Amino acid sequence: MPTTLIDPSALATIGARRPLVDVAQTVGAEFAAVHGADVDRHARFPSEAIEALRRERALGALIPISLGGRGASLREVAIVGETLARSCASTAMVYAMHQIQVNCIVRHGRTPFLLEVLADAAAHERLFASATTEAGVGGAVRASVCAVDPIPDQPQRFRIEKQASVISYGEYAHAILATARRAPESAAGDQSLVYVPRDKTTLELTSEWDTFGFRGTCSNGFVLRAEGDRHQILPDAYADISTQTMLPTSHVVWSHLWLGLATEAVSRARAYLRAQARKTLGTRPTSAVAVAALVARLAEMRELVHGAARDYELIADDPEQLNRIGFAIRANNLKISASNMVVEIVTEAMSAIGMSAYREDSPYSIGRLLRDAHGAKAMIHNDRILGANAQWLLVAKEEL
Amino acid sequence: MKHSTITDLDATVRDLLTRHGRLRVEIASLSRFDDLHSAGLTSHACVDLMLALEDEFDIEFPERLLKRQTFASVANLSDAVLELT
Ligand SMILES: Cc1cc2nc3c(=O)[nH]c(=O)nc-3n(C[C@H](O)[C@H](O)[C@H](O)COP(=O)(O)OP(=O)(O)OC[C@H]3O[C@@H](n4cnc5c(N)ncnc54)[C@H](O)[C@@H]3O)c2cc1C
Repeated sequence: MPTTLIDPSALATIGARRPLVDVAQTVGAEFAAVHGADVDRHARFPSEAIEALRRERALGALIPISLGGRGASLREVAIVGETLARSCASTAMVYAMHQIQVNCIVRHGRTPFLLEVLADAAAHERLFASATTEAGVGGAVRASVCAVDPIPDQPQRFRIEKQASVISYGEYAHAILATARRAPESAAGDQSLVYVPRDKTTLELTSEWDTFGFRGTCSNGFVLRAEGDRHQILPDAYADISTQTMLPTSHVVWSHLWLGLATEAVSRARAYLRAQARKTLGTRPTSAVAVAALVARLAEMRELVHGAARDYELIADDPEQLNRIGFAIRANNLKISASNMVVEIVTEAMSAIGMSAYREDSPYSIGRLLRDAHGAKAMIHNDRILGANAQWLLVAKEEL
Repeated sequence: MKHSTITDLDATVRDLLTRHGRLRVEIASLSRFDDLHSAGLTSHACVDLMLALEDEFDIEFPERLLKRQTFASVANLSDAVLELT
């Protein structure tokens, strides 16, 4: 790795950085929890919590130490998302989606330009967004309509115009990673991943984000127009980036986030149970058995989510294993199971608590958690993911 | 082994690609080594092609060959079939 990229002042502060688990807890309690309801109500960007994460140098966590980051593991940043989700799902989703983009560049961006991008991101705690969804293909992210279009007489330059119907926090990001067909003549599935900095991109607003949950992700729709140099294109084919990194990383960080929502709902149900028990000394509150079942179900979900992250980490550097159908199926299973479990657990917690959970003005309120939980299934429809697995099962042979 | 020469084998692979590959270009315009994924072979079509190859040659692709690379060119496909017959 080129030593010129090391920013000595950044290196000097690494020792002083607080551990990520502490950062997640403090930012969760002091910022995400304080502003979460307002972020949700006004569907506004969770700027206080994201700024706090930035001050704590948590955005560049995955970037290697030699480039000025923390060199943290995916599991560590996924736990940050899990913790933040207990206070504000939108904050957690912004953090999680940003880390997906960073991981793609860390794992597939070994060119001088992209190493500079990472060093700059670590030094300035840059925020990265994603434009995979496109009008006409929806969540079928392994196909693109738009293409990397060469500019005539300028072989090093390209242009992209994408009908990006959902870009979370696009207006707040320093850069966007966009999928596009490799060239105008390329097939829909022959895609590249392109780094487009916001200052060289225009985003023309086409739809606003007024949704059931994850309201603070500000996932507006835009026409994205960018020009750039070919070195902004990640060198690996998107097919490989998707299989080896973007898809498994997304499912790992998202499922951790959903686990955070489920954990918070169960924690409220338990607090409610204890309060009830104090009032009805001598008789066990009626909800106690339901809460016991919830605790068991949550433990199952935690095992699934944390286990999947461990499994990915074990083979993360072995492309042979990552390219196997079995791995793709398991990564998809994680998304399907965890997104179903979070809705089930949060719904059951609401019913175990009853009226106090249904109220919006109670400490045991579950409304926002329930609305955010439903986002899990919508975020790339589970039917679409099951459809992909169904197709693989026509030929897959290994134990699953 | 049904095919005496690699040319015969390639021809059968090309025939199955025409029927199941849903490529964007004429298969005849591709060399043995041209990239099939950039010619439009999707993962969906890969699955159909694999099933057709299994049926045609009475083979089963083992797990280790179920990857993009195996389906990247006519040459890779023929090699895989050769290995399994
Ligand atoms: C909170 C949130 C943040 C997001 N942020 C971003 C972002 O930053 N960048 C980005 O690019 N995208 C983003 N998205 C969009 C997301 O990536 C998906 O594009 C979106 O959820 C739509 O997915 P979908 O098309 O699978 O689902 P839907 O639009 O719900 O699916 C439409 C229909 O397609 C059906 N279907 C199922 N399987 C198939 C199949 N195989 N083929 C065809 N149709 C099928 C489904 O049953 C469904 O009825 C975000 C979404 C959410 C919820």
